[in-house]
Amino acid sequence: MSMKIKGYSGALMAGLLGLLPSLAMAEDAALNSGDTAWMLTSTALVLFMTIPGLALFYAGMVRSKNVLSVMMQCFAITALVTVLWAIAGYSIAFSDGGDLNSYWGGLGKAFLSGVNVDALSGSIPETVFMTFQMTFAIITPALIVGAFAERMKFSALLWFMGLWLLVVYAPICHWVWGGGWLGSMGVLDFAGGTVVHINAGIAGLVACLVMGKRKGYPTTAMPPHNLGYTVMGASMLWVGWFGFNAGSELAADGTAGMAMAVTQIATATAALAWMFAEWFSHGKPSVLGIASGAVAGLVAITPASGTAGPMGAILIGAAAGVGCYLAAAKLKRALGYDDSLDAFGVHAVGGIIGAMLTGVCVDASLGGSGLDEGVTIGSQLVTQSIGVGATLVYTGIVSLVLLKIVDVVIGLRVTEEQETEGLDTALHDERGYII
Amino acid sequence: MKLITAIIKPFKLDEVRDALAEIGVQGITVTEVKGFGRQKGHTELYRGAEYVVDFLPKVKIEAAVAADMADKVIDAISRAANTGKIGDGKIFVASLEQTVRIRTGESGPDAL
Repeated sequence: MSMKIKGYSGALMAGLLGLLPSLAMAEDAALNSGDTAWMLTSTALVLFMTIPGLALFYAGMVRSKNVLSVMMQCFAITALVTVLWAIAGYSIAFSDGGDLNSYWGGLGKAFLSGVNVDALSGSIPETVFMTFQMTFAIITPALIVGAFAERMKFSALLWFMGLWLLVVYAPICHWVWGGGWLGSMGVLDFAGGTVVHINAGIAGLVACLVMGKRKGYPTTAMPPHNLGYTVMGASMLWVGWFGFNAGSELAADGTAGMAMAVTQIATATAALAWMFAEWFSHGKPSVLGIASGAVAGLVAITPASGTAGPMGAILIGAAAGVGCYLAAAKLKRALGYDDSLDAFGVHAVGGIIGAMLTGVCVDASLGGSGLDEGVTIGSQLVTQSIGVGATLVYTGIVSLVLLKIVDVVIGLRVTEEQETEGLDTALHDERGYII
Repeated sequence: MKLITAIIKPFKLDEVRDALAEIGVQGITVTEVKGFGRQKGHTELYRGAEYVVDFLPKVKIEAAVAADMADKVIDAISRAANTGKIGDGKIFVASLEQTVRIRTGESGPDAL
């Protein structure tokens, strides 16, 4: 069982696994006000990552005629996922699925049934746990937006994201954190390397392949229209990520403290790594490069943040900075797909680098929290790759099916004329800049 | 009368303005322009995507002066705007047929 699971709902988990008399424990569990205060704070920090953090990060990278469309997508996803999470998403991810609990949580907590003012999850109110997890469910589909920016129909986006949340995100979340088969197998994913980043990155790659390139790509110049937004957004993501990683301990304790430290260290290392990689290969350090590197580092340390030590964080940061730079700047050019804002290049590649290195950096000899008894780095790497592979295959196939269904029913792309005009005026009758 | 038009590097504008004031030029018109010469353009790079920017920003200065001032003005601009590097710009001189000061109606060299 991973650190993550021990942390957040020991009583519930034990009940699901049939190890201990869970009900008695649940009744005995007491609310810890320190933990609760930190989790209330973390929840706000993680929501801040999507709006305005990710919205600005992405909005700065598109052309000025599409700035509002990207912000709108992030904002609308925030609202849509909130409602769907309350209706069914939370239940599918974190309820007890009975005989099928390995695969999904069922509908026992649909409409947040039982999540009342007295309900506890570990040492914090279940309402806080549910809302904290909701902010993760919000950012994951919002990350996918980067892959198909500047060309998707808004109505199609709402349909796809709503379905994707319930059919892809919630089950995978259950597999890893809700008592499902990947968590039980020992996959280490403290804060969402597989659940959030690989999941979103692969869905993004599938979406950009299904939807096709933007008109004019790659011969027409499509430079970012406001890198200042992008830097501000990346900075907000960095700050908010302390809630994401240190909050994933679900308590205010030593592991949360170490998660905060390694998050900072890995992020800074990756920012420098991307900057230097670009400096060496192109002659100049770029603002977009250092900001992208920071996000790559945040992604990669996510799964390892509860188990790696500071030196592990430097290793993970360096690998993610260089690896994601190569994916976004070289691999995409070489293969020719149009992942507009590098959702795949940063989140899937960074997520996979992080997920695999989590299995290495957990080892006590590298300053990690230590492997479970009988587990070696080699066997942990096998477990990690099963986690990566399962996420990759499931999200890849199901995302493809969902996209095809939405395409057949209402169409995924805007018309060529609308794309040329820009989505802001074509879809929303508004402009980002009236000057 | 002569109309002197100079295309210079933007960061040299203040020095050129000072040099012209020193020799008694009463007024100039400045415009931000874009163009290319032998310096050509430059490239921008975003996550590996390289874009060639064909036109570089320059500043255009126009000064209408008496014919006997023209050489001094050309000399002042040439010295102030010179960096010795490609892309310093050019000076064009044209004859000016007429000048009118709108407020008073004066015309010819008196209006300069």
